[in-house]
Amino acid sequence: MSILVDKSTRVIVQGLTGREGTFHAKACAEYGTQIVGGVTPGKGGTTHEGWPVFNTVQQAVNETSANATVIFVPPPYAADAIMEAADAEVELIVCITEGIPTLDMVRAWEFLQQRRSRLIGPNCPGIISPGHCKIGIMPARIHKEGPIGIVSRSGTLTYEAVYQLTTRGIGQSTAIGIGGDPIIGTSFVDALELFNRDPKTEAVIMIGEIGGNAEEAAAEYVRRHMKKPVIGFIAGQTAPPGRRMGHAGAIISGGKGTAEEKISVMEAAGIQMARSPAVIGETVASAITAKV
Amino acid sequence: MKIHEYQAKAILKEYGVAVPRGETAETVEQADMAAKSLFGAGATGVVVKAQIHAGGRGKGGGVKIAKSVDEAKDFAGKMLGMTLVTHQTGPEGRVVRRLLIEETLPIEKELYLGIVIDRSEARPVFMASVAGGMEIEQVAAENANAILKEYIAPGMGLEAFQARKLAFELGLKPQQVNQAVQFMSGLYRAFEETDSSLMEINPFITCTDGRLFALDAKMNFDDNALFRHPELKELRDITEEDPLEVEASKYSLNYIKLDGNVGCMVNGAGLAMATMDIIKYAGGMPANFLDVGGGANTEQVTHAFEILLSDKNVKAVLINIFGGILRVDTLAKGVVEAARNTHIQLPIVLRLEGTNVEQGREILKQSGLNFIVAETMKDAAEKVVAAAR
Repeated sequence: MSILVDKSTRVIVQGLTGREGTFHAKACAEYGTQIVGGVTPGKGGTTHEGWPVFNTVQQAVNETSANATVIFVPPPYAADAIMEAADAEVELIVCITEGIPTLDMVRAWEFLQQRRSRLIGPNCPGIISPGHCKIGIMPARIHKEGPIGIVSRSGTLTYEAVYQLTTRGIGQSTAIGIGGDPIIGTSFVDALELFNRDPKTEAVIMIGEIGGNAEEAAAEYVRRHMKKPVIGFIAGQTAPPGRRMGHAGAIISGGKGTAEEKISVMEAAGIQMARSPAVIGETVASAITAKV
Repeated sequence: MKIHEYQAKAILKEYGVAVPRGETAETVEQADMAAKSLFGAGATGVVVKAQIHAGGRGKGGGVKIAKSVDEAKDFAGKMLGMTLVTHQTGPEGRVVRRLLIEETLPIEKELYLGIVIDRSEARPVFMASVAGGMEIEQVAAENANAILKEYIAPGMGLEAFQARKLAFELGLKPQQVNQAVQFMSGLYRAFEETDSSLMEINPFITCTDGRLFALDAKMNFDDNALFRHPELKELRDITEEDPLEVEASKYSLNYIKLDGNVGCMVNGAGLAMATMDIIKYAGGMPANFLDVGGGANTEQVTHAFEILLSDKNVKAVLINIFGGILRVDTLAKGVVEAARNTHIQLPIVLRLEGTNVEQGREILKQSGLNFIVAETMKDAAEKVVAAAR
């Protein structure tokens, strides 16, 4: 019913004892996610909100058999936290932290190439398979279990899309926020491949934004391999060039990475584009009806 | 963060990168002294360069070559205080407050060197081209093969063989290659050690006497890495930025001023962009991009509100919040407080969803203030565009 995470996923929280770490660990646990412990260097051996705290990720993995981690560590230390998790062979690393220096991510990305772990993010809301598992900061109550996969560079815009689906009675298989930074672990193409293979996902929403060429690469994948309808939206159609629109990766530079360019490439690849953000739900509804 | 050419050159000099001899001037007297000292040291001419954070200065009249001290002084007098308009400044242009006066050099060839982060390769790429003086995007558009590229292995730096490859492919003479290797290695070290996001030496010149120089230099820094470079933060020139954007940055708010009349306050960059887009679809124009971020507290939202309202073009405000990290009740408190503090008269359309939304709506209701509540994004956009008319 989902990709990457389910009811058996065992999650530790790096940065559990911080304010955001605590708030969201509790929210994930309330949703039914198996939160099995936390890591805060120097606080090992204590418990926090009933969870055991460890000094290192390796200790946490040894003691709890965790196979996923969610990172709430502040930006100066977050790339290191990613590498520590990969070194401990945690299968799935979800990094929420926003503001990691790009060159730190260059190192972490290289480190991950030689390890088995998958990274989602950084600068993302995380991943949720409604009814099964939530690892991240998204508001749980707007989600509903169902057949639509979602992959997005934006956090709150993903919530918007989910909300439009749920209010129409259309549920989601898994929603992944891949993050708004220039260097991220899981790409659109990676997520689309997973959804393409997932028997319970019937259609996929892909939410991109200005900057870079990840959407163009995804369009090429869709054109060649995708067996399911893909519905797309690109944010930033009114964004001025040369300005960084909040996300470190959202910038039109040298005339490249514009919304218009992405929309036309995606349309040419057979992706059904929602021009206005208000019609994402509508577009999905008509796409799945047409398929039936 | 952007810095000026003269600041970039000072940094590069520390890394052993050759730059022309030069001095900065903020007055005609200083320009006069700088020119005198350069001519006195044997320069055959000087170039007077306006220091603004934008390219295309030459075409706009911001770069002039003087053959004498008097001529240099004359150019300086005309340039200081002028509003320089280039294709990168927008029609409003930038006021020139500072000049760089440099010796002229016997230029043989103008080449290009640049370093950026290649997003799809997730590593820095060192670029070189024989088409110096042109914009690299234009070179890329005309013939992508005209740009030579060497990728940098993380943790390794630019290796000597890579620099040699580039130097030979650029057509440098064998006796210039060692000099070029040092030059390029210095550039890369500067890029990495300052956490740059972009570096361009355009043009990178060879002289008739064989020497190599960075004739121009552009460096941008990664804002996310400035916490570990307090010395680089000092280089920020806020006179080059929009005053409202400077004010916003004090409170870690992502604000970008635009030309429309519908102010917007949104949480999350993607939703903020989408909100701008839907305002346009509803027939209006956004006055700004404003992302209040994931962890905004009452004080921060208050500041966001004040900044938004100090843009006099704003005729109505749309607040679109989908709560994840940011709790809706936190935002609602901020909105109410800011509305009271600023005695706001403008119509405010609110569209709130997410964590603690019921408490948030309750706070708005209890406030007694006259907010227009919208359910969906489309509804919100239509209401705010109507209110701005």
